[in-house]
Amino acid sequence: MAIKPEAQSKVPLERHGLTNEQLVAIFRTMLMQRTLENRGFQLNRQGKIPFASASEGHEAVQAGAAMAFERGKDILVPYYRDLGLALGIGLTPYEVLLSLFARAADHSAGRQFPHHYASRRLGLHTISSIIAAQLPHAVGAAFALQYRGEAGRAVLTTFGDGATSEGEWHESVNFAAVHKLPVVFLCENNEWAISTPLSKQMGQPDVFRRAEGYGVPGAAVDGMDPIACYAAVGAAMQRARSGGGPTLVEAKCYRFLSHTTDDDDRTYRSPDEVQARRKDDPVPCFERLLVEHAVLSVEQVEALKRSVLEETNDATDRAEAMAYPDAADLYEKVYAEGWEPWTVQRAQ
Amino acid sequence: MATTDLRTGSLERHGLSDEQLRDMFRNMLLQRQLDNRGFQLNRQGKVPFALGSEGHEALQAGAAMAFNRGRDILAPYYRDLGLCLGIGLSPFEILLSIFARAEDHNGGRQFPNHYSSKAAGLMSFSSILAAHLPHAVGAAFSLAYRGETGRAVLATCGDGTTSEGEWHESMNFAAVHKLPFVMLVENNEWAISTPLEKQMAQPEIWKRAAGYGMPGRRFNGFDPIETYAAVNEAMDRARAGEGPTLVEGTCYRYLAHSTDDNDLTYRTREVVQERRKDDPVPAFETVLLERGIMSPEDVTAMRKDVLRETNEATDAAEALPYPEAADLYKHVYEGAWEPWQS
Amino acid sequence: MAVVSSANSTVMNNVEAVRATLYEAMKNDERTVILGEDVGARGNVFLITKDFIGEFGERRVIDTPIAEASIVGIAVGMAMEGLRPIAEIQFADFIYPSFNQIVGEAAKIRYRSNGEYTCPLVIRTPYGGGVRGALSHSVSIEALFYHVPGLKIVAPSFPDDVKGLLNAAIDDPDPVLFLEHKKTYRLIKGEVPDGHYTIPLGKANVRKAGTQLTVVSYGLYLHWALEAAQRLQEENLSVEVIDLRSIRPMDKTAILNSLEKTRKLLIVHEDNKFGGIGAEISAMVAEEALFLLDAPIRRLCGPDVPSMGYALPLEEEFMSSPAEMADAMRAMVKF
Repeated sequence: MAIKPEAQSKVPLERHGLTNEQLVAIFRTMLMQRTLENRGFQLNRQGKIPFASASEGHEAVQAGAAMAFERGKDILVPYYRDLGLALGIGLTPYEVLLSLFARAADHSAGRQFPHHYASRRLGLHTISSIIAAQLPHAVGAAFALQYRGEAGRAVLTTFGDGATSEGEWHESVNFAAVHKLPVVFLCENNEWAISTPLSKQMGQPDVFRRAEGYGVPGAAVDGMDPIACYAAVGAAMQRARSGGGPTLVEAKCYRFLSHTTDDDDRTYRSPDEVQARRKDDPVPCFERLLVEHAVLSVEQVEALKRSVLEETNDATDRAEAMAYPDAADLYEKVYAEGWEPWTVQRAQ
Repeated sequence: MATTDLRTGSLERHGLSDEQLRDMFRNMLLQRQLDNRGFQLNRQGKVPFALGSEGHEALQAGAAMAFNRGRDILAPYYRDLGLCLGIGLSPFEILLSIFARAEDHNGGRQFPNHYSSKAAGLMSFSSILAAHLPHAVGAAFSLAYRGETGRAVLATCGDGTTSEGEWHESMNFAAVHKLPFVMLVENNEWAISTPLEKQMAQPEIWKRAAGYGMPGRRFNGFDPIETYAAVNEAMDRARAGEGPTLVEGTCYRYLAHSTDDNDLTYRTREVVQERRKDDPVPAFETVLLERGIMSPEDVTAMRKDVLRETNEATDAAEALPYPEAADLYKHVYEGAWEPWQS
Repeated sequence: MAVVSSANSTVMNNVEAVRATLYEAMKNDERTVILGEDVGARGNVFLITKDFIGEFGERRVIDTPIAEASIVGIAVGMAMEGLRPIAEIQFADFIYPSFNQIVGEAAKIRYRSNGEYTCPLVIRTPYGGGVRGALSHSVSIEALFYHVPGLKIVAPSFPDDVKGLLNAAIDDPDPVLFLEHKKTYRLIKGEVPDGHYTIPLGKANVRKAGTQLTVVSYGLYLHWALEAAQRLQEENLSVEVIDLRSIRPMDKTAILNSLEKTRKLLIVHEDNKFGGIGAEISAMVAEEALFLLDAPIRRLCGPDVPSMGYALPLEEEFMSSPAEMADAMRAMVKF
């Protein structure tokens, strides 16, 4: 859909120090997230992969947060809906596709569910599908940073609204607060935990209001605005890096699609509700903003989209051509050495 | 104490009669007496373990006064001797638990202080902190489910327990479903050796309530009348279907955690001694005497009677037998205990 | 085989052996931290880490909030990022909230990241009964965890094994559940070689040689079994007693070698019988050495009721005594 250039906006853009180049990088990450996600669904419909997870609606918070992440220094402990965040900190589309196709060359050698990325090199922790189980790990990682006196480094950990009901969420925030650890808790509140709406998840709808009880600063941010998310997460990460302790940031966004390819959201919410929220879709909204403020021309936007598609296609083809793990790989990496529970000594 | 004003002579009793005030005081005396009896029996080598609750007497007597016997449900923790007495458990039942007799509600299976009584509405609990809170929430759910207004669940815990994931999950669920549930935190500042500042980053537990979307307040747990007012208000809300409340009563743990703990390894005698000035038992005695609600003779007589009751209960419980070896296999399931079916 | 760097040794009990080993680990490796409830100011409820906080500081000896799931989970995160945490669960009965972090997370970190991330974590916890601990301070938990690939479990019975295996657990690049029988803490004393040494995981130890019966055990019951075997010795009945020491991995060779001699197997453990460790041992022997056997395999184990009631008769009924073990041994030798 071609976008008509609006008249130059009279309102200056609040960029929080971001250059045009950075704004475009954010936008590209958002486009890539959406394109790759669609690719996952496409491959699933084609019967090529059994499963894909959705993150439409999260593009702004994830690209914005990623821009606040310092590569080579910070640590990311995400959850399974953080495709854009992983891309934004340096994971490549190829690595994402390897995960979707469960190839041997994937970081987990095909063992993990799609979207459970990990990359030691990028500081991207390995996670499971268990909601909130990653949060104590993030706190432990932050403890390690503080323990070694590594100022200038922080942990960014993310989770959805549903995760905040987990006991381990509570225990993690509390411990981080007691020890003033360098960790930022970023809630991507998309209002749905599979079929559970916010009203069934919590007694009041603002996750950030829990911060005060822990003695931790908390703030809400418009999760559909990547610049605002960049600013909020950036401030929190800076606080953490300089020894100011943890922050709870709540980005309000929305989950436009079903939970995954195994879910059908029509069974629990009305298409009208979803349609009504589409007016806040962060991707076209940010596109309009960038064009309005002449950061990108309409032609440049189209070129960007083409480039993202090309990159996606290239990554898809390359990843698809790779081999599955061998059956023998089943027994690798159970322990540092061996897998057998019975030890057998050599002939006596 | 917040509820008295010695200068003007007014006592804010929140509707409590003289008799009720005396009952609370008796409960406090009985709690302290039974507490001491447990330690005594341990020192005599008669029981292997005892756990104290000194410092909690006002809080528990006040809370018990807000509990409607025969209607409300109590989900306590192992330091709630006074609360359990206050809702109707007898010293005899307490001593049966201490001596682990067959006639004990739990057949001698449970640690002392792990009371239960279906008749009194006292839910069975374990030593595992916070594990009883989802149970309490479930019980509240069943009340709401059956439309049983006028009934509520009073759940208690210490400050340490509020760090547990299950505390959080319970509070959250109770709030979402607006359950008839009151969470009473008995903040005595110590979780065995862990002081409050290592337990949480800000010391006012009641402030967590807003995050769950329920009301919260804090009160002076050394004042039984203020306690009664706070807990009663919360219980009334719950009974009326208005949902859960978090109430935090501040007090202090004067003794070590249990007979297996030596608190001198982590706090000084001086620090504890300093806090004795707030000891709720002598403090409430003073209030009652000053108001003429009891005379010194009344107090003496009450103490004697409490001691008598304790002694009778001790003798009666001690004389009863232990469970039999064969009792080991009962109540694993409703039916047989064997995992292999023939 | 224990590699001893010094010819000297010290007599100590099991709790002292844990303490001494932890102390050396803290001294020798700055990456080592200890976390758990009451481990700092209190020095642990059995005084294992008494005064550690004074010497090593709050930064390294951490009194955690009451939150078992996160005690393990936070330790996992520490381990993933270069520390060597030793997490303590105050009593094994309190470990259940951490179940997911142990079996779903720690055990799978290496596997799911194909080795990019690892989890060199030790979880220590006192277990077992015979101390009037009632239903929440007496439980055995090994059967719940030994089933899990990616996890290792050790349960030493003697102080020299405590030291060697704890050192090995601390060095191990994978998560190890280190089980300490609380009744043996002060009850069991022995010579412990000075200096640093490790005992490899997966290696049992024949504590008493014999020819007519193989008894496999661990924990407190290993000591009762030795006592019972000693009684039988006085009756000229020869019983071999194997201390498993390591539950996962478990020493197949030691068991089968012993059975080559004795042809009879008695497994003795405090944990409930159904689905306990003895079940796996029995299955393995039945699969691999059926025709060696001159008698059915027998298991003398905890009854299949929740462990264990507070009243003395209930505890005594639950626990097996050396006399009961001797009866079982006698019957098998004479089968």
